[in-house]
Amino acid sequence: MTTAPAKAGWRFRQPSVIPGFGLTLGFSLAYLTLIILIPLSGLIWRSAALGWTDFWAIATDRRTINALEISFGTAFIAAAVNVVFGTIVAWVLVRYNFPGRRIVDAMVDLPFALPTAVAGIALTTLYAPNGWLGSLLAPLGIKVAYTPLGIVIALIFIGLPFVVRTVQPIMEEIDKEVEEVAATLGANRFQTIARVLLPGLAPAIVTGFALAFARGVGEYGSVIFIAGNLPYKSEIAPLLIVIRLEEYNYAAATAIAAIMLALSFVMLLVINLVQTWSRKRYG
Amino acid sequence: MEVRVANVRKEFERFPALHDVSLDIKSGELIALLGPSGSGKTTLLRLIAGLERPTRGKIFFGEEDASQKSIQERNVGFVFQHYALFRHMTVADNIGFGLKVRHGPTRPPAQEIRRRASELLDLVQLSGLEKRYPAQLSGGQRQRVALARAMAIEPAVLLLDEPFGALDAQVRRELRRWLRDIHDATGHTTVFVTHDQEEALELADRVVVMSQGSIEQVGTADEIYDTPNSPFVYGFIGESSSLPVKVEDGQVWIADRPIGLSAPQAPQGEATLFFRPHDVELVDECNGCIAGTVAASRRVAGTRRVELEIGGERQRVEIELPVNHPASQKSRVAFRPGRWKLFPAA
Repeated sequence: MTTAPAKAGWRFRQPSVIPGFGLTLGFSLAYLTLIILIPLSGLIWRSAALGWTDFWAIATDRRTINALEISFGTAFIAAAVNVVFGTIVAWVLVRYNFPGRRIVDAMVDLPFALPTAVAGIALTTLYAPNGWLGSLLAPLGIKVAYTPLGIVIALIFIGLPFVVRTVQPIMEEIDKEVEEVAATLGANRFQTIARVLLPGLAPAIVTGFALAFARGVGEYGSVIFIAGNLPYKSEIAPLLIVIRLEEYNYAAATAIAAIMLALSFVMLLVINLVQTWSRKRYG
Repeated sequence: MEVRVANVRKEFERFPALHDVSLDIKSGELIALLGPSGSGKTTLLRLIAGLERPTRGKIFFGEEDASQKSIQERNVGFVFQHYALFRHMTVADNIGFGLKVRHGPTRPPAQEIRRRASELLDLVQLSGLEKRYPAQLSGGQRQRVALARAMAIEPAVLLLDEPFGALDAQVRRELRRWLRDIHDATGHTTVFVTHDQEEALELADRVVVMSQGSIEQVGTADEIYDTPNSPFVYGFIGESSSLPVKVEDGQVWIADRPIGLSAPQAPQGEATLFFRPHDVELVDECNGCIAGTVAASRRVAGTRRVELEIGGERQRVEIELPVNHPASQKSRVAFRPGRWKLFPAA
């Protein structure tokens, strides 16, 4: 590998030997416009019809703020939990050979495939105060179903495969020699994992986090069953949007949606920048 | 530090990779483990490092039995063919890693680690590259960083696994000379694995020739080249030609003719004669010599290599002649090997 010269300012990436740079770029832009940009600008346009004062009133409404806090907060916690346990699951799948490994591997994808409502109903049945797990937790004073904790659990379930599937392939590529070198230099297992392996996995882990988080913010089907949907307490923003729609209050629905959109976009952008930065650094 | 490998055997899932290997390495020595793929040279290196555990036998560092120690406790510097640098760390952090992971009072202060890293960078002639990442270095530079990292912990032994294998020929030659200089300057006991005999003979104080999980011969470059002690070493090191012969009455025979070589010590019977193609003496009158018809003649750099068919069974051997030697034009050439050796036929 040769050293790449530092890039000065902005410029288009040099087209490769594959022809049709103009054509493919044009197609990509047209496609993105059609699929993503037009519907989203329709959303903004719809909410703009509301006028600034009304928009502000909806945005600063206690119920809206609480719903947004619950949506983003629970998604964040669930993604963080998934980062830890998803990485451990990926580690076990990559590093160890045990009977049934393939089955466990396939099981990881189930949350992808399962209709989310089914997951929500199953989790509610388990964690309800009279359910298998709920009845064990109830004497300890822990209430899962119909609280934000239940939302977190549903989002953990939904988000797990995103982390596992992004971290797993990068983990498979870890060079055994890097670990061996760390050992000869005197690093114990813990130091090797913390200082050598995890930093190498960081970009993949951040991506997994971003995907799980984004999925969690938008999740609806599984959450509404377990959340109990108490306004101000366990009502998520997507549900609030649906409620407004059912009230034929389209302007308010689109306003909340626009706020969600802006918040999500900013967060994903930040995560993306972190990614680019770390890629540039580690090559 | 002295390293002693005592009767080590290593099996991988019942498949033996090393049979009963013993080797004494003197303190400060530069040793090459040389052999073809699958000869067990890398396995031996990894056993010394502690990256593998011997099935049987022991490895001593000085007087201590190192086979009971973990890799971390052995304090060896290991350099891999593909560098195995930590991608997310700068050059300086890579070199300082071994010191940073130490515990308690054995860990030098951060400033001292930084000073030591730039000192080592000077030694490997990469001064000023502390802040670079491995991806920003060339292959040769990366290997130097890997070596500096291994030396940072003041290892008892420095172990290099095909250190120049991934580099192109010119960088290789350059680094070879440079490694010799570094070794002479620092005096670390060093063992390196290679399948390149030129590298081994040029660089090492002593060469360990390995084949099929055993040590064939240990010796200096001169000893290995001039007095190979097995057909394998003769064939593996340098150019060699061989002929099936017979020993009778202390004389060496090809078919029914003596070839003018006396071997009073050799056992009677079938044997194989080995000699170097360039170490032959041409003779005009053949009474007691090897004679053959020229089957092919090739120009190789500064010499001409002639392939001869010998005797009724048309055994082929190669000899080397000066480019303009008249014999290369003839259809029949007679010669006598200068230095030669007989091994009983297997």
